[in-house]
Amino acid sequence: MSLLEIRDLGVRFETHHGSVRAVTELSYELDEGETLGLVGESGSGKSVSSLAVLGLIPQPPGVVDAGRVRFDGRDLLALSPKALRAIRGNEISMIFQDPMTSLNPLLTVGRQLTEVLEVHRGVGRREARRRCAEGLGDVGIPNPEARLDAFPHELSGGMRQRVMIAMALLCKPKLLFADEPTTALDVTIQAQILELMGDLRERHGMAIVLITHDLGVVAGMCDRVHVMYAGRLVEVAETRALFHDPQHPYTRGLLRSVPNLKSDPDERLASIDGSPPDLAALPGGCAFAPRCELRVERCQDSRPLLEPVGADDRRAACFEIDRGTRA
Amino acid sequence: MSPLLSVRDLAKHFPVGKAGLSGKPAAWLRAVDGVSFDLERGESLGLVGESGCGKSTTARAIIGLHPPTAGTVEFDGVDLAKLSRRAWLPYRRRIQMIFQDPYASLDPRQTVGSILAEPLKIHDLAKPRDRRLRALALLDAVGLNPRHINRYPHEFSGGQRQRIGIARALALEPELIICDEPVSALDVSIQAQIINLLRDLQERFDLAYLFIAHDLAVVRHLCHRVAVMYLGRVVEIAPRDELYTHPQHPYTRALLSAVPVTDPDVERARRRIVLQGDVPSPMSPPAGCPFHPRCQDREQVAGDRCRTEVPRLERAAAGAREYACHLSGGPESGSSLHD
Repeated sequence: MSLLEIRDLGVRFETHHGSVRAVTELSYELDEGETLGLVGESGSGKSVSSLAVLGLIPQPPGVVDAGRVRFDGRDLLALSPKALRAIRGNEISMIFQDPMTSLNPLLTVGRQLTEVLEVHRGVGRREARRRCAEGLGDVGIPNPEARLDAFPHELSGGMRQRVMIAMALLCKPKLLFADEPTTALDVTIQAQILELMGDLRERHGMAIVLITHDLGVVAGMCDRVHVMYAGRLVEVAETRALFHDPQHPYTRGLLRSVPNLKSDPDERLASIDGSPPDLAALPGGCAFAPRCELRVERCQDSRPLLEPVGADDRRAACFEIDRGTRA
Repeated sequence: MSPLLSVRDLAKHFPVGKAGLSGKPAAWLRAVDGVSFDLERGESLGLVGESGCGKSTTARAIIGLHPPTAGTVEFDGVDLAKLSRRAWLPYRRRIQMIFQDPYASLDPRQTVGSILAEPLKIHDLAKPRDRRLRALALLDAVGLNPRHINRYPHEFSGGQRQRIGIARALALEPELIICDEPVSALDVSIQAQIINLLRDLQERFDLAYLFIAHDLAVVRHLCHRVAVMYLGRVVEIAPRDELYTHPQHPYTRALLSAVPVTDPDVERARRRIVLQGDVPSPMSPPAGCPFHPRCQDREQVAGDRCRTEVPRLERAAAGAREYACHLSGGPESGSSLHD
């Protein structure tokens, strides 16, 4: 049985401008120890879907209006807020993009860390402090004992992100949601954090959902990749297959438009025309159709389903791709 | 012919706090600490580095938003740092700027037409009726629908807003555009559109760009030459291909090795140079080479030169590159990082 199983998840927001569909019919599974990349551009629903799993969508204006989320045999959407709190930060942890706004500026790092163990594990103060110092040491923070008494503003961005990671890992979670964990950091610090996450994954064997728009980070970290567009999955594949042989025209466009260090710098970058659709007024057919180079007539009024492509466990939602069994 | 822009020993130090009754600052933050480079007409120079390295402050010092503490900024032979406000005006027309956040840099209460006409009005370059025609032509030049001239900034997407910012910079037919992270707030597919647009415009209007970015892959697609900054100084400056295929300064090499590549095989096989620690505070930069506390090649330099002596930016034996490192023979592994 999978560790996490999401079925037909739907999230919408009720705004002054009408109802905005953020996530539609999202389904996926995640096994223990697996790393899944969730990629897509702003507004694709990658963060919102993860917040919904964690019960962190502000309601109102948010409404989780469909679906089931099973984690380790329990239906998360049916749990009481109290029962969910006992799971969050304990069996399921999360890291957010901005470590400054996710830490309380008025409390020392030590106070915020020990609280996690006191609440979830009923550990005494002294023991909690000892374990937290150990946790900070694990994420490569020098002189961890002394750092426990530091306030967040006394630490650099990279250090704060390490504190967030240490906090997320204190209870040895089975599942970690990492939402753009390195986006706010400089590349050399990003390299440090990615090494660290790779290391910790090996040691703790946890499953990770890595949410990011950075395809390079995904290429290095993930076993499988899910590509989202306008609230839906458009392609699902094993990492190598996705990068070497992308199927959905959106995935292809996305990969081609990333400037990288290998392509011919004098060539024009391939780009995707137009911009992502307005989620309050989604087109009737395929949401990508207005920007798609493979568009045919039926794309405008009927929507392609996420269906298998070839022999491997990969799927794509497009009418115009060859679904034959490939080598 | 002299270069369009020639920056020499530019420094910008900011006072921090006040000490005692004297009113003197308690400390100085050395944001830019001796930056020199030239920029030719029609050329684009990338200024890269991590947060706090002084790249944006350099741009702001050039355009006079932060008067420089020391050094000269010569534009077409005239030292801009010495000009009075009044004497600056004609140069404001010739040097324009594009900002990172296209929304924050556009007045939400003006229509696009009036945003684009304003610079023409201020510089008294066109009659009111002609201004509107110019605005229409500018919208067309940046790939926006001229029929949207009466719309407000909020009615456009992020990428379209950045196009408006670019159109505004073009309005005065500048010779130099300083671009401060113009694509870093945009999604990948939109980012590529804007990069292509900037390249097309450069060719069409013979523009020089000073292109500030932290994304080395983006810079590679836009710039002829690249200057790498660390802690307020340029540590390496070289023509694009020389820099990307044979980076010399240890920091440039670490920076390039840290850029994630969209190829799982390369990503899994490669050896990243993972730097230890963080960038030191520009309020108390280390003595000697600013990079020495994090440098992976320090051991290869005899004695304690790295700790005591600031390396000067010097021309390498071969090619057109300059870099500031005591390891002047170049580190042994100067080969391409992604082969």
